[in-house]
Amino acid sequence: MNIIFKNALLAALLVMLILLPVFGERFYIQFVSKILIMIIFVSSLNLLVGFTGLVSLGHAAFFGSSGYVLALFSPIGTSMNLFVALLASVLCVGALGAVFGALVLRTKGIFFIMATLALGEMLFYFLHDTAFAGGSDGIYIHDRPGFNLFDWWQLDLSNVSHFYYLALILVCLVLMLIKRIMNSPFGRVISGIRVNEHRTKALGYHTYKFKLVCFVIASMIAAISGFLAAVQFGVVNPEMVGWHASGHALMMVILGGKGSILGPVLGTTTLMLVEEIFQVATKHWQLLTGIVVVLVALFFPNGLAGLNFPKKRSET
Amino acid sequence: MDAATVLIQAMNGIQYGLLLFLVASGLTLIFGIMGVINIAHGSFYMIGAYLAWSLMGWVGSFWIGLIVGVTVALLLGLVLEWLFIRFLYDRDHLQQVLVTYGLILIFSELRSMIWGDDVHSVPIPELLSGSIQLTENLAYPIYRLWLSGVCIVIAILMFLGIQHTRLGMMIRAGESDREMTKSLGINIGLVYRFIFALGVSLAAFSGMISAPISSVFPGMGSQVLIVSFVVVVIGGLGSIKGAMIAALLVGLIDTFGKVIHLDIFGVNIFPEMSGMSIFALMALILMLRPQGLFGREH
Repeated sequence: MNIIFKNALLAALLVMLILLPVFGERFYIQFVSKILIMIIFVSSLNLLVGFTGLVSLGHAAFFGSSGYVLALFSPIGTSMNLFVALLASVLCVGALGAVFGALVLRTKGIFFIMATLALGEMLFYFLHDTAFAGGSDGIYIHDRPGFNLFDWWQLDLSNVSHFYYLALILVCLVLMLIKRIMNSPFGRVISGIRVNEHRTKALGYHTYKFKLVCFVIASMIAAISGFLAAVQFGVVNPEMVGWHASGHALMMVILGGKGSILGPVLGTTTLMLVEEIFQVATKHWQLLTGIVVVLVALFFPNGLAGLNFPKKRSET
Repeated sequence: MDAATVLIQAMNGIQYGLLLFLVASGLTLIFGIMGVINIAHGSFYMIGAYLAWSLMGWVGSFWIGLIVGVTVALLLGLVLEWLFIRFLYDRDHLQQVLVTYGLILIFSELRSMIWGDDVHSVPIPELLSGSIQLTENLAYPIYRLWLSGVCIVIAILMFLGIQHTRLGMMIRAGESDREMTKSLGINIGLVYRFIFALGVSLAAFSGMISAPISSVFPGMGSQVLIVSFVVVVIGGLGSIKGAMIAALLVGLIDTFGKVIHLDIFGVNIFPEMSGMSIFALMALILMLRPQGLFGREH
């Protein structure tokens, strides 16, 4: 596809997204916000799965725990400064990511999949069984964080349009950040690890350190999405860290096409739209989702992005 | 805790460990021999338990139900291998995870359509319903003893089968060199299909025999899958011996974690944290020996 055409398409999409709250109904604004949050989460997982070649089944641990950090630290009765709260969540989750990463990165391949799944579930049981974080019910966030610009303009996150724009800005920033990372020397090493870790090691790179840094970055980006999700729903619960949330995100990575910046955008949007249609059609929509996942994984392993740009297939 | 309680808990722990071994060995066989990571393994355990529950209702006999259930699971395994799994041998782990994850969604929804989302219980078969008196007021149920015995017999059969039979030889040959085995005239595709079906029926059988001592509920598949993963990570992949020792270790730690009340500075840190004790053990193993207790270097 022509690069100018592609950029024009993206620009048109962006304009449509910016104009949505002006014309769209409340339901659609909220639904697109949900997709935007998911895009951030799926992009962070794609950084591990698609770019580094690390298949994690416990990535939701960082998504959910970010929401828990917000819920546990937000004071009752007053609204926290948005940027302080976001920074606190991202840093706490980054520290958690460093601990988890240091453990699971000692394993490879199938072991890595099992270890990430088990550590993620450990967090699930911890939050589910202990009382301090609300147990299986989770915690409500009564006062959403906000932002006050010189008493002149107030960012109110219970307002759907305000929230929508915040999510849109963060999605754009995250996608640009990932593009930047992958084009940097660091990103080249990461790609080298995916293609051939032994050779990258032989070139003198300490691959464990690079993988760990990448793991921490991915967990911090996941924290941004978890923070937004917690703010949007006003509640956090153990299901947010559970492994079904991780598996769900993994489906979107593959559906979109792993290892491309826009793959997660495509995959997330498609799957969430399809699931919305299934949910309206039948109570047993998970059955249809399961069939779609099996068919996609068997017949289109390169995802939708691989379908549209067949040239890319030979590259990878 | 007195000696009798310790004994009973130890027996419970060993029994739980042996059951875990049955599930985990299917997982490690399928991976070790076929190179496929099957995260739908827990679903077969759940299907087994639900089959036991509904077959009890239809046939009225636990034993006939057991035979019918294992046959159904064996057929299910053969069909699934033919439909999906055989396309996964040359694919990477990511696609294997996704296909089997899709199967989890399908099975859990089918379960909800066929059997509903309620929690059920299966009565202990009459033949094994009694209990053995240990002390004056402590007794141990015969069913649990029988269960442990069955698990041990299956473990021995599995070991003998792999080490000393012709089929076991084919399996081991296929594990070390698929192409070479093929060229020797062995239908390796058929061997794989059989292994997968065997793994499925092992999981379903575990689900069936555990149904009378634990309730039958929708989330039981994920629960056992995750604990089995912990067992495999601790024991080392592809190692049956490792799976056995790790399963017993996990069974004992999990059982004792639930009864020991540990006070640190006056704060009771156990009961609530007991669900995490096995994960802590796994983290420790990952730190000290990332390839697992009996795993080969990778």
